[in-house]
Amino acid sequence: MDLAAITDNIPLYFKGLWVTIQLLVLALACGLVLAVPIAMWATSRNPLIASWPKAFIYFFTGTPLLVQMFILYYGMAQFEAIRESFLWPVFKEAYWCALIAFSLNTAGYTAEILRGAMKQTDFGELDAARSCGMSKGLIYRRIILPSAFRRALPAYGNEVIFMLHGTALAGIITIVDLFGAARIVNSRYFVPFESFVTAAFFYLCLTFLIVWGFKLWEKRWHAHLHPRDA
Amino acid sequence: MAESAIVVEDLHKSFGALQVLKGISLQANEQDVVSILGSSGSGKSTLLRCINLLETPTSGKVFVHGELIKMREKRPGERVPEDQKQVDRIRSKLAMVFQQFNLWSHMTVLQNVTEAPIHVLKIPKKQALERAEAVLHKVGLYDRKDYYPAHLSGGQQQRAAIARGLAMEPEVILFDEPTSALDPELVGEVLRVMRTLADEGRTMLVVTHEMGFARDVSSRVMFLHQGLVEEDGPPDQIFKQPKSERFRQFLSGSLK
Repeated sequence: MDLAAITDNIPLYFKGLWVTIQLLVLALACGLVLAVPIAMWATSRNPLIASWPKAFIYFFTGTPLLVQMFILYYGMAQFEAIRESFLWPVFKEAYWCALIAFSLNTAGYTAEILRGAMKQTDFGELDAARSCGMSKGLIYRRIILPSAFRRALPAYGNEVIFMLHGTALAGIITIVDLFGAARIVNSRYFVPFESFVTAAFFYLCLTFLIVWGFKLWEKRWHAHLHPRDA
Repeated sequence: MAESAIVVEDLHKSFGALQVLKGISLQANEQDVVSILGSSGSGKSTLLRCINLLETPTSGKVFVHGELIKMREKRPGERVPEDQKQVDRIRSKLAMVFQQFNLWSHMTVLQNVTEAPIHVLKIPKKQALERAEAVLHKVGLYDRKDYYPAHLSGGQQQRAAIARGLAMEPEVILFDEPTSALDPELVGEVLRVMRTLADEGRTMLVVTHEMGFARDVSSRVMFLHQGLVEEDGPPDQIFKQPKSERFRQFLSGSLK
């Protein structure tokens, strides 16, 4: 065991940890913002209208995240039109390609989770909302989305953890995230076990925080589903 | 002469090939309590849902306080509201109480009661809270105001749903079998609240199986059979001297 290789490089791991957290939080935020309208759009009763968001969901949940990221990072650079356009500063950076791929991917999964949750809205609750004179927009804002978010919470917690694991792919395209840091340590000292176990330890800590956070959040948001405290 | 609150003219409603309402007319004046009776499948709930356009009638007219609800033909045999804003505005004046209570499960009782006054009527939050507290006192649920619907009994949930309707200060209250989903011993607490509302002179349309309520509280009783009005009149008259054979059978069946 070569622990010195790890202890000497702890600052590198922390740098990687920070990049992983950045990628995760930004991707989740962008993904959620995209997912809400996509999910609403996908619940349309008009099959022609619903087919577009459903195609989006199908593509991003139906192909590996690694492939999506490679298409953006390596695939786009192949086209001269893109290399010469205003988009090039974005597509030439591994960081942005990874972030876009992660955002779109989590948007697809989150939209699918939300779509399912929205479809389960109790019919009677919608009748009640209509009978009070609520407009369609108001019903979405006050009844359908708040109750769908609550139902979606456990599944979304899993999605956040999957996304955390997904961010490790960034380390493959030159980004120094947690996994990228582990790869650097390994290639410098040839300590594959130590370097990757250290990365795993950091990932476990993050997962622990996420699980704990969602537990608190569920306690708050699912009060109406649990037996009342005496 | 009392002013008309609800007028329905020659209302038809079909679901596909199934004709549920086959030409129903009714008039409810202000302060009327109209009980609508009928066996299941007679179309009484559909009639109520056509009045606030939860179902769009296939043909016929609905007036609320003299105002015609505008509808247009989308394709032959299918009409849609012409002006959704008009429908929303009229709905905000017609409270509805459902068989299954239909409280918003993610909100507390108080939030259920203040929701529509704040977001539909757009009254200030403080005023909505005062109003909510007053109606919750009236239905006897003030001490349960911070409970979620799932933590209440059926009778309490239904009283909360009535409070939600009252908080809109409605001109008419539509009751769709408000006690049918309740245990027998919980029916009384809901009927007591409804009786209080009738005594206050509120206009109410009540689809019900509670013969006692229909006989003692309502000013008029209608009996629906297979999508038509079979019997219609003041309770004294139609319970003592029913004209239709069907209604006589219905009564003997339900009084057993």
